[in-house]
Formats: sequence, C-alpha cells, structure tokens
Amino acid sequence: MSMQTIGRPTRPETNAVAAAAPEGAKGLLQYEPLIFELGGWSKTGVDLPDVAADVADDLGDLVRTAPIGLPGLSEPETLRHYVRLSQKNHAIDLALYPLGSCTMKHNPRLNEKLARLPGFIDIHPLQPQSSVQGAIELMDRLSHWLTTLTGMPAVALPPKAGAHGELCGLLAIRAAHEARGDARKRVLVPTSAHGTNPATAAFAGYTVEEIAQTTDGRVDLADLEAKLGPDVAAIMVTNPNTCGLFERDVVEIARLTHAAGAYFYCDGANFNAIVGKVRPGDLGVDAMHINLHKTFSTPHGGGGPGAGPVVLSAALAPFAPEPWIVHDQNGYRLIEGREGVAAQAFGRLSAFHGQMGMFVRAYAYMLSHGADGLRQVAEDAVLNANYIKARLGDLMSPAFPDGPCMHEALFDDAWLEGTGVTTLDFAKAMIDAGFHPMTMYFPLVVHGAMLIEPTETESKAELDRFCDTLRVLALDALSAKDDPAALERFKAAPVAAPLRRLDETQAARKPRLKWTQPAAPAPLAAE
Amino acid sequence: MRYLPLTPDDRAQMLGVIGAADIDALFVDTPASARLKGPVDLPLHQGELEVELELAGLAARNRPAGAGPFFCGAGAYRHHVPASVDHIIQRSEFLTSYTPYQPEIAQGTLQYLFEFQTQVAALTGMDVANASMYDGSTACAEAVMMAARVTRRTKAVLSGGLHPHYAATTHTLAHVAGVQTLRLTPRIDAEAGVIAAIDADTACVVVQTPNVFGQVTDVTAIAQAAHAAGALLIVVTTEAVSLGLLKSPGEMGADIAVAEGQSIGNGLNFGGPYVGLFAVREKLVRQMPGRLCGETVDAEGRRGFVLTLSTREQHIRRDKATSNICTNSGLCSLAFTIHMSLLGEAGLRKLALINHAKAKRLKAALETVPGVEVLTQRFFNELAVRLPMDATEAVERLAAHGILAGVPYSRLDPDAGMNDVLLMAATETTQDGEIDILPRVLTQMLEARA
Repeated sequence: MSMQTIGRPTRPETNAVAAAAPEGAKGLLQYEPLIFELGGWSKTGVDLPDVAADVADDLGDLVRTAPIGLPGLSEPETLRHYVRLSQKNHAIDLALYPLGSCTMKHNPRLNEKLARLPGFIDIHPLQPQSSVQGAIELMDRLSHWLTTLTGMPAVALPPKAGAHGELCGLLAIRAAHEARGDARKRVLVPTSAHGTNPATAAFAGYTVEEIAQTTDGRVDLADLEAKLGPDVAAIMVTNPNTCGLFERDVVEIARLTHAAGAYFYCDGANFNAIVGKVRPGDLGVDAMHINLHKTFSTPHGGGGPGAGPVVLSAALAPFAPEPWIVHDQNGYRLIEGREGVAAQAFGRLSAFHGQMGMFVRAYAYMLSHGADGLRQVAEDAVLNANYIKARLGDLMSPAFPDGPCMHEALFDDAWLEGTGVTTLDFAKAMIDAGFHPMTMYFPLVVHGAMLIEPTETESKAELDRFCDTLRVLALDALSAKDDPAALERFKAAPVAAPLRRLDETQAARKPRLKWTQPAAPAPLAAE
Repeated sequence: MRYLPLTPDDRAQMLGVIGAADIDALFVDTPASARLKGPVDLPLHQGELEVELELAGLAARNRPAGAGPFFCGAGAYRHHVPASVDHIIQRSEFLTSYTPYQPEIAQGTLQYLFEFQTQVAALTGMDVANASMYDGSTACAEAVMMAARVTRRTKAVLSGGLHPHYAATTHTLAHVAGVQTLRLTPRIDAEAGVIAAIDADTACVVVQTPNVFGQVTDVTAIAQAAHAAGALLIVVTTEAVSLGLLKSPGEMGADIAVAEGQSIGNGLNFGGPYVGLFAVREKLVRQMPGRLCGETVDAEGRRGFVLTLSTREQHIRRDKATSNICTNSGLCSLAFTIHMSLLGEAGLRKLALINHAKAKRLKAALETVPGVEVLTQRFFNELAVRLPMDATEAVERLAAHGILAGVPYSRLDPDAGMNDVLLMAATETTQDGEIDILPRVLTQMLEARA
C-alpha cells in the first residue's frame, strides 16, 4: 500500500506481522539490561569539583587500589533505566493490590511532601536537642495519638518495622519478668500466626509452643488453658487474626493469660480493621506493635522502610527501650540512656530514635483523617472486605462462611477441587487480568489459602471491577474440570506480564545473587 | 474525607449486598462492652492546608543541617543527594508497591535489588550481599547473632572503636540469646587492642573502620588472629562513602561486612529510615538474615529475578529462621542504588577524595586553636577533637551562634570519661568558608569562658 498515511487514523495491516524487537521490548515495555551491562567505569552522572590527586597520600596503604567494579551512568541514562524498571512493577496507584495482611492502601502525597521539609529530612539525630524541639514534639504528639487510639498508657517509638516491634514487646516482657526474678521459658503462638511471631519469640530467647485453632478460625481456649503454666512468659495473638476474624474470646484470653502470670502480646498488624472502633487497652492487651506502613499508610516502598511502634501497658511501660521522650518546663527532651524515669529501660533497639521519616507521614495521615476519619477507615475497610466475600462467596469457598469477616476475606481452595487449577494458578491468572494476586497459602491453617484485603481506599467501582474479573476467572477455573484448554490457560499464566512464571527452584539450587562479568565479550562499551 | 472513596449511597448498597442491617453488624464479634460509641478524644479530620500548616510549624522549630555551619557525624552524615534520586523513588511503581512476592509483576523491584546486592558486594569487597537490613546498627547486631550460629560459640569481642549505640544494640539482641558481648575500652586507636581479647570461646570480633573516633585502621592482622582462633571477623562501616577510598572489608579479611548505607542517596531524617548493608563470604550465604534476590529464567528462558533461599526466613522456617526480619529498607536501598549508579566508580572515588580533603582542611583549621587537640591521626572525613572544656557545653554555646559543631562523644557513651571529646565530620556539603571561621569562633568562645 502506498497511500500517504500521515495524519490519518492508523489501522493494522491485515497481513502484517509485528516485528519482534531483538531484546523482547513490546509496546511501552522496554527491555532493560542491568546497569553493569550499560554503564562505564569512567562514566558518572554527578559533577563534582576537582580535587588534588595526592590528597589521600597521607592515608598510604589504607587506600584501596584495585578497581571496585561500580559502573556509572549519566543522568538521562539513569532516569531511563529506572523508569523502564518501574514499568515492570504493579503498584497501588495502578490498581487494587489485595495482598492480605499487608494493607496496601493509598499513600497520600501530602505526607511525602511534608516528610521532605528541611526541618524533618535535613536534621541530624545527634544535633543538640535544643535545635530539634519541633521533631521531638512531633514524636510526642504521635505518641499521644497512638496511645489514645489504642487505650494504652505508653508507647515505644524506636522499632523499625513490625517484626522489630514484636521484638521490642517481647524484650519488655522479658525485662518485666526478670525484674521480679521470674525468668520464664515459653511463648505460646497460635498455628495461624505470621512467621515473624515464632521467629521473634525464638530471637528473644524463648521456646515456642503452638496453640491450636478452633474450626471457626479462633484461638482454642481449652488448648490455651492447658498450655499456660508458670513457665509461660507471654502469648502472642494477632487480633484481628490472620484469618481476618476478630478473636471473640479476646477478653477471656487476656484473663487466662494474666491468671497464669503471663503477658498478652497482641500482633497489631491488622489494627486497621478496628482503629477508632475498639481499643486494645480495653481488651486486656499488654503490648502491641502498630505497623505505621499498614494502618497509618506510610508507603510500603517495595519492601520497606516500615515502622513498628509498640504500645505498652502500665506494667510494661517502665521497661520500654531508650530513647524516652520527656516534656517539662524546659521543653522536650530525649533520654538516651538508662537514667531517671528510664532507669529500667531494657536497652537500645537501634542506633538512633526510630523511623522519623515515617513518624512525619503517619502523623500527617492521622491529622488528615482525624478521630472521625480513622473510625471511618476501619468501617470502610471491613465493609469492603465483606462486600468481596459476599460477591465471591457463591463461586469460591470462604474458609469461614459463618458471620462477617473483618478487613480481609479468606477463601480456601475447596472450590477448585477436581479442576486441576491450584491457588497458585488462579493467582497467576489474576495477573493476566490486570490485578495483583491476593496473599497465597497464608495463613498456613487454611488449605490453599487466598487472603484478600482490599483496604478502605478502594472505590465501589474498583471493587466491582475486581469482583467481576474474579467471577469470570472463577467460572473459567471451574470449567477446567472438563476443558483441558481452560486448564492449560491457568497452567500457562501469566502470559501478559513482562515475564512468564519464573523458575524459583533453579534460583535456589544454584544461587546467582549478583552480576558477574562474563568471560567474553567484555560487557562494557569502550569510552 | 479525601482519601475515602465510598459515598453514603455506596455503603448502603454494599450493606444490602452483604445482607447486613448496618455497619455495626460487621463488628458483631468485638466485645460489646469495648465498642466505642463515637470518635475517640482527638481532633477531627482536616484539609491538606491545615495539616500542612501544623507540620510546617513543627518543622520550623528544627534547625536544618543546611541552615549554616554543620559538623555532625557519628554514624549519620550529610551528603548531597542528586535531585533525580528523590524523583525516581517517588514514582508510584516503586513507592506504592510491596515486597516482590509475585515476581512476574515485580521485576522492577527485583532487578534493582539484584543491582543493589551487586553494588554492595563490590563496595564491601565481599562475595554476596542481601537486599538490606533496617540500618547499620541492627545489621551489626544480626551479624553477631549469625557469627554465634555459625561458630556455635557464645562470646563476641567488640572493639572500643565500635559506635557505642551499635554496641548497645548488639548487646540487646545478644544478651537474650545467651551470647556475651565483651566491649573493650574506647580509645582513638581501639582496634589495635582487639587481638589480645580473642580466645577459644570467641565467636566473632567486631571492629569498625573508620571507627567512632574517625580513626582508619587496616584490620588485616585482626582478621588473621580471629581466623587462627576459629572466630569470624565482622567489619562495621558507618560512613559508606569511605568505602570509595579505603581498603574494603573483604580485602582485609572480613567474613561479614556490615555498614550504614544512609550516606548514599538518603537524607539525615533525624536518624531514620536508613538502610543497613550486609555482606558475607560465599560459604556463609545460607546463614544470612534478610531477603536475597537471585537470578533465574522464566518459562520462555528469559532472564528474570526472584526472592530466593527463603528457607532461611521466618515465613518458611518460623522459630528456626536465621532472623525475624520481614520488611526491610526497600525504598532506601533504591535511593542508595540510584545514587551509586549516578556516581559510578569514578564519581564515588572523587566524592570520597573531596570528603577527605574537607576533613584535612578542618584538621588544619582546628590545629591553629590554642588548647584544641585533634586526636585522630589517620582519618577519612571525621575527627575526634579534645577541647579544653566540656564538649556538650561547647556544642550548646556554638549552637546559640548558629553553628552545629559536632557530636559530644559523651552523648554516645556518658560513662567513658571523655566529656571533653567532640566528634566533628566534614563532607562535600561543608563549605570552606564554614571551616575557615571555626578558629576565630572557637578561640572567642574559649577566651570568653576563660
């Protein structure tokens, strides 16, 4: 065809075959090599003033002489590299991201802006406290919000993530027992717990024993009572739990625990379901971490940074780690060692004062929502999860069909029986349909678990789009019983993602954990 | 409520689909006695403008490092971060994604983690690095726990040059695991005294270079002594830029290298979030804490990346895991790797040289002040300085004149009897003029006091 087509609507030639890009680029998606295959040893994207070549002569043989092996890129190349990489990621800003127990909610950009104010981002943790009064006051106000929302008397801000918060709580518990000369050995953890709970208990020097679960997805009180004893230091119970259910017997759990002289550690990963509705302090909890990156929406950032402040009961508060925040007529002060009111602090959890950058974001989030908005957050999170459960419950099998769920809807794989389609296959097929899969195979107590947490920041339209999509997929999965082609589609998925399924077995068998220079040809262009 | 998309109509419709009379019907499992009847006693929701005003008011009551002469270091350093770094880390696909549990739609994160691991391994001179820890201090503590596991021994020798907060963080973790920490006396050349403390029970020796006093040490002989005793050598670096100039931990025989990566790509942030670097020799890989990203292929044979060796981790191994860590410092490691890609080897070396040149200028300036003694002999960009007065008092007095002169060592280690020692750092952000005014200001202060 020779017609001039400039400026006209285009239309694919019927017999045209798309020419495959040599390196697999398609549409807007670019193939992108590693920086080690792109950059040059002498190239740099940072202009620095010249410096005398002999300036480090005083260091003699302390100076490294061999090449380090770090390629550099100019600024335009750098932008392209990372923008191309970014386009291979799913993100909350793109579509619903229903990872159960991860709470992938909207991250307000106001919070990003405020965390970058020079008065927050450009202050040193060890500059004179008189020069950072606003920062310490922010930490104090954040503490006030956290203690008020949880109904607990004290909070330790230092922990840097949820698991670090668990460690903080257990170390406070350990210190409290030791202060009474009552060293205890065991920590009880339900079978449905997140892996960090038993790992933390072991890290804190305890042996871990599991508590059974009832058929309705809660802690088995009889088993708890049987296992409690004079050597139990604490129980660690997630509430709402990892099945997305509220522990109805939580007050009784606390009573039994306290009667045995143990403390009740609550994993607060799912506090977003009850914030503003129920206060853990009214339930008998002694310590609970709060993932600021979940309930209070600090960005997940591809795997952190998080922040895990721990609220503490009056019995545990004296053992909170340093630094402590105090306020008197002279202003705000951080107590950085075991002195004064902090004489019984169990020690230090990290070098400085915690995740200040996350405190600013979380505080801005709290102020934006206010006491009324935070209550609405919990209600909408729970409403959205129950809506999903209601809309999918007839096709897929809810793990606990009776009664409402909290902020996440849990399905098992019973509905897939006989289809040949597994939870993994179904999750990968969701990718082809434009959604991030739910959390798979967790909690471990539910077979083939699919844990869907929509969060409160999804609109009804997006929830409907999600449910409509999953219904189509579910029907397709059910048809695989007698349709080999349907089964094949699930086994092959994803086909529309930047990559197909990855060989994780090979990755673990022969780990390649960094780029190494191939023998030949040399990967770096001559400059 | 600008962050909540549901309308009252939506909510009513959805309750209808669920078959619930009202929202309280969904909270029926919570104890009735504990249900709050209305909002807790805190302010109600506010608009962007009001929130911005409140936080700007708090920020205004802090004195930013960039507002004038600034010489604080001691584990956190002010460096210039290129504008493109902050732009990239705010892209939705990086900022609002999570741990790459579904590798097919997380290759962006996985590839930068693989690049990050490669850069950290190169920088530290080690075989393998993980995908980051919370910060340098927790990385140090985890390294000691790992060494105790590997050697099945229960004593850790900590150099007196180790940042006291790193020592304290390590003690917190080690103590409950039954690992004894022996912290040696702090002094400028503390690393020199470490070998004598190694014995047959020693799991590891922890040294820092440049140490908390800024002193740079070749720890090769310590590595040899540790290895001869069957112990591991852990080398700590709190100023990552120094690795662009100085011999790497790997070159000197480290078995585990840990570092604070904040200096590359990340702001001071009043102490966090930062990014811990953690690198080991090949044979120790399966004892490492934290996430590891590895290369593999997809179903069509194309190169791709996944999280791997997860049987070390809490979500598989539970109470037998190598660590309880889950979320780490993803976005901070992205900032690190972008800044490092911009710098490249050439830029990093030059940056390190400039830092050293600034510190030499600082040393020369301080040595002109009567009564002031620079204690650190071999330094990178930080000096321990003895003042003829209490260092805390000096810092407060100078702060009143708009100068943040450094960190009194006694703030980190109150019982060391070094109340007159001030830690002072200079970086590429330190202006020559800010250094040049110091002798006059210090002299005036000391004279006014006398």
